[in-house]
Amino acid sequence: MLKSFRIGGIHPKENKLSAGMAIQPIAVPEQVVIPLLQHIGAPCQPVVKKGDKVKVGSLIGKSVGFVSAQIHSSVSGTVLKIDKAMDASGYKRDAVFIKVEEDVWEEQIDRSDELVTACSLTPKEILDKIAAAGIVGMGGATFPTHVKLTPPPGMKAELLIINGVECEPYLTSDHQLMMEKSDEILVGITLVMRVLNVQRAIIGIENNKKDAVALFTRKVAAYPGIEVQPLKVQYPQGGEKQLIDALTGRQVPSGALPISVGAVVQNVGTVFAIYEAVQKNKPLVERVVTVTGKEVQRPCNLRARIGTPLTKLIDAAGGLPESTGKVISGGPMMGKALASIDIPVTKGTSGILIVPAPEAKRREMKDCIRCGKCVQVCPMGLNPTLLMTLTEYEVWDRAEKNAITDCIECGSCSYTCPAYRPLLDYIRLGKSKVNGIIRARKN
Amino acid sequence: MSVILTAVATLGAIGAGSAGILYLVSQKFKVVEDPRIQEVQDALPAANCGGCGFPGCAAFAAACVSADSLEELSCPVGGQETMDRVAAILGQTASKTTKKIAVVRCSGSCEERPRQNLYDGASKCSIAAALYGGDTGCSFGCLGLGDCVDSCTFDAIHINPVTMLPEVVEDTCTACGACVKACPKDIIELRKQGPKSRRIYVSCVNKDKGGVARKACNVACIGCSKCQQVCPFDAITMENNLAYIIDDKCRLCRKCAPVCPTNSILELNFPPRKETPPAAKEKEVPITA
Repeated sequence: MLKSFRIGGIHPKENKLSAGMAIQPIAVPEQVVIPLLQHIGAPCQPVVKKGDKVKVGSLIGKSVGFVSAQIHSSVSGTVLKIDKAMDASGYKRDAVFIKVEEDVWEEQIDRSDELVTACSLTPKEILDKIAAAGIVGMGGATFPTHVKLTPPPGMKAELLIINGVECEPYLTSDHQLMMEKSDEILVGITLVMRVLNVQRAIIGIENNKKDAVALFTRKVAAYPGIEVQPLKVQYPQGGEKQLIDALTGRQVPSGALPISVGAVVQNVGTVFAIYEAVQKNKPLVERVVTVTGKEVQRPCNLRARIGTPLTKLIDAAGGLPESTGKVISGGPMMGKALASIDIPVTKGTSGILIVPAPEAKRREMKDCIRCGKCVQVCPMGLNPTLLMTLTEYEVWDRAEKNAITDCIECGSCSYTCPAYRPLLDYIRLGKSKVNGIIRARKN
Repeated sequence: MSVILTAVATLGAIGAGSAGILYLVSQKFKVVEDPRIQEVQDALPAANCGGCGFPGCAAFAAACVSADSLEELSCPVGGQETMDRVAAILGQTASKTTKKIAVVRCSGSCEERPRQNLYDGASKCSIAAALYGGDTGCSFGCLGLGDCVDSCTFDAIHINPVTMLPEVVEDTCTACGACVKACPKDIIELRKQGPKSRRIYVSCVNKDKGGVARKACNVACIGCSKCQQVCPFDAITMENNLAYIIDDKCRLCRKCAPVCPTNSILELNFPPRKETPPAAKEKEVPITA
């Protein structure tokens, strides 16, 4: 039997409509809008001003603080302005507007497709290059990668886990990247292993991607220490703690980081970006985005520059269907419904899901029938219905005792609730309130 | 007969013994409470709203008794009258407080602020605010899901079904500040109630640039600073493209409201102007706070 995580989990319909569609580069738009906050942490300070000329890969946003990631220009041209622009959060935030002129790259960037396997850099130098390239977790969480690769003092990683699970329905960007860039990903893994000084890495791939499992099983023979592990298809296997449990049987304690059980998890997209940053000197200026949906004419995987308007990507997939009821940035489970599609692609945009109107509407909330399904499916072993009630009545101390901060916001509870209760919406609110209380207590 | 006597005597002895023990224990572990705490508590409105900053009236009464002066303490529900009574009990003087009232600083009704998208998530402002800026072009304005209504213990704030904006009932609002804390967009503010409930305020919190704000909402403050220029008392500040009237300085001269090009300054409970005002002004008066 295939491995999987032990507690909870669901299996929504996979709907991988764009599976097997080759990654197509999308034309560089006439203007890009690059938000100065594309990661978890402090927003960047702009280092360019109106009228400045930039090339592809030029630094435009300098990170302030440790948990932050540099931002580079994804196009060449002139800075039009630094102004507020809406991003996926639905709020207006500072962004750099660049008018595109030609396509000139910074000289040190190697744009050839040639595979570079040799690397003579020290782990510290590799880490610095990752930080300089502004790489963040590409699975959608956008946590700065160099921070994740710097274990807290006294902790030591012994195992690297590569997340090729892509458990979100509809999304295929990681799958396609694995099929097309397997060698680059494997070199990237060896680089991360050197940074962490670990001898072993496991690539976890869900078994609905049999071609990727076969391809990597064949190729890892040449890379000592790297293994491939096919996994049972189950959501949310892509969650760090779930993936560690599935692959190693170790459970991360409540409130602790994965490093506490000696594991570091990296997404395949992130590892590919690390390869490009270290071996090709290429900062994170583009990413693969799945554009999909049941009524979309041509579901596809596109390689888009950061800052490209979403409308361009939707047009490339055959335009917005008449029946559209909702556009989601990310997958259907953890993605975010957008208030407007006039927003740019950012480092965390793993997909654009266009949901037809009949499916888009939430159904009316009914009273809890105490069936306990949410408790059964919660992969963190929490009691979602209790947490929702505690949030509703603002009983923060009990919410904290019931480990509301452990919630990974996977949405399995809301998905499974037969009374259509917005469990996750409430838990997310409660989680942020309790986190605020905990922070205030520490200070 | 002797059985009955024995029983009475035994029970009587046990009873007397227990009474003695209870008396000794109650003397030994007596909690001495300042009797004034109860007196002060009786003088308070017993709403337990928390508007004073203490958890309930009893805690506030204890705080009043133990405080050296009543300067920092005030009961927003009872107002000056209650505080004077409290001061009399404690033999101190209460500081002068002005009656305040909650005002909703957003006039973006459905008509003035067109909806751009549809929200069908959990019906709670704090949840919606964490997800996005709101269903209109203005990401500062009222979401209309009624967190303020839920927080009010005095039934003094309601959502108007036509405008989808909260309205404060002047007679019942006690300025306890629960709605101010509940609003995730910081739209509600406690302001001086003013003589005869007359007050003037900028009914907008949009910090976008003028053009952007105006595009999103017909009655947005566009930061033109005309009101600031016309104000003879220096009571209007301009910050982040947004005008704000400082109620301590405002003398209710009504000069600012007519110059506002977007009618975002509201004047409440004033008699109609003598000079024929522009027609648009009149329709504002019914929009209470």
